[in-house]
Amino acid sequence: MPKDNAPIERLETTFTYPMPYEWSIGLYGSRFFQEIKKNRRFIGIKCDGCKKVYVPPRRVCGPCFKELTELVPLSDTGVITAFSVVNYPFIDPNTGKQRPIPYTYGYIQLDGADNIFSHIINEMDLSKIKVGMKVRAVFKDKKDMKGNTQDIKYFEIIGED
Amino acid sequence: MGRRVAIVGTGQTYHKSHRPDVTSKEMIYEAVTAALADAELTIRDIDAVVIGNMDHFESINYVDAYSVEGSGAFMKPIMKVTTGGTTGTTVAIAAYYHVASGLFDRVMAIGFEKNSESDTTGAIITCSDAIWDRFSYSGAIPSLATEATAYMEKYGATQEDAALIGERDRNHALNNPYAHLQKPLTVADIMGSPMLAYPIKLGDICPRSDGACACIMAADGIAQKLTRRPAWFKAVSVRHTYTWFGDSTDYNKGLVSMQRASKEAYTQAGIRNPVEELDVAELYLPYTWAGLKWIEDIGFCGPGEAARFVGDRNTHMGGKLPINPSGGVISTNCIGATALLRVAEAAIQIMGKGGKRQVPDVKNALATGFGGCFWSDVVILSSERPA
Repeated sequence: MPKDNAPIERLETTFTYPMPYEWSIGLYGSRFFQEIKKNRRFIGIKCDGCKKVYVPPRRVCGPCFKELTELVPLSDTGVITAFSVVNYPFIDPNTGKQRPIPYTYGYIQLDGADNIFSHIINEMDLSKIKVGMKVRAVFKDKKDMKGNTQDIKYFEIIGED
Repeated sequence: MGRRVAIVGTGQTYHKSHRPDVTSKEMIYEAVTAALADAELTIRDIDAVVIGNMDHFESINYVDAYSVEGSGAFMKPIMKVTTGGTTGTTVAIAAYYHVASGLFDRVMAIGFEKNSESDTTGAIITCSDAIWDRFSYSGAIPSLATEATAYMEKYGATQEDAALIGERDRNHALNNPYAHLQKPLTVADIMGSPMLAYPIKLGDICPRSDGACACIMAADGIAQKLTRRPAWFKAVSVRHTYTWFGDSTDYNKGLVSMQRASKEAYTQAGIRNPVEELDVAELYLPYTWAGLKWIEDIGFCGPGEAARFVGDRNTHMGGKLPINPSGGVISTNCIGATALLRVAEAAIQIMGKGGKRQVPDVKNALATGFGGCFWSDVVILSSERPA
């Protein structure tokens, strides 16, 4: 053992194991997914203070700090407010594997809602996608639905605004 | 009304993409000793410490205690505060609150990140809502890119307009020996760099850096004795909203958190015309479009006017209101330290310690933090002790 502090190779250690979690979706989130399964449409919730319709529905309006109860049925259509075509490789922490790319990440204002819903859009050609276009949700077959956001396969463009 | 407070010393590490030579706590030690040397203090003079980084990014719990031999906080009051990208401004503001309260005279704020020790994009994905967002979300780049597409659609700004922000900040970084990326980049380089997520290209986005920063705050009466030119807090403002993208992004309204935080800060500081009354701004701009859109939200120009305002070189060194003399986030990004580096740079500019990047005669300097889901913090420092 040398007593001096001469430079040496610096070592590193790694951790690569999966760490599982379990999250509650809550009453209104559960209703949201059940409405998709039953009626293939979205459901929101309205604040009787600021009149804002939130999707997905939740228990409390943040700005008003009021409890929400008035569920509002919505359709399956909306408008693209923003998007990006994801083109770089990365490891998806949901799966531990590389997520397939490219894909289009989109912010969609569902018709009748006041906030925005994030999901994917099945159009990656920049000449065919624009902010303001109308989209419609494409759902999985009922038998394949699992009560999560992937029960919506993607949104497809159905025309200009 | 709290006590008046000033920054009396700052310290930062040299920034790199990978520091395998040190642990996080050793890296923190480098920033802390630099700040103490700058303020001509010893660790015995520090009454309390506020520290933060990106929560669990490097899988370190209770970083307050983890880092104790690096921060010098052994057996001292230390608090961890972590708020995503805004962590750096949050630790600065929390340290300011400590001193302003009258309970502590000299308090150190520390921010750090060792991005090389984790998968930054994977970690950022875990910041998004597990039930609603995580399936489609892919890290910081696409959520910023969506903002860019909405901005371009609304105001007709081009990718070249945004690239000028990258060219500006990367050129400014050449004057900052601490900056991570020290290679100049032109608009043409940025336009020719690989498309990561339309419209963001490699040259439009911040790097992942390893680094740490520390700032020392002192109370009125003490600050003046420690340094000839303390950087006085004139205003602090925190505006945080949601962690859910669908709630925090309304592109018709712009970056609402920045609009509200800056309005509040200008009111506190008595500033009516920020471009005239501020001498330098050090902004948390993690990607180039932020240098257009957010300077509208912060009131440096009107909506849709940023491309021309920046194009006329008002925000370059020597311009009307230089932005990011340090080279900004596009040149250096050790996330938990990133917003504190903005505050430190504002203090450096006021203290006249900017070396080659010094803006002449800085009286008022503004720093911002940006985080998570479109949240904003604003700090205004001044060479003048507030009345």
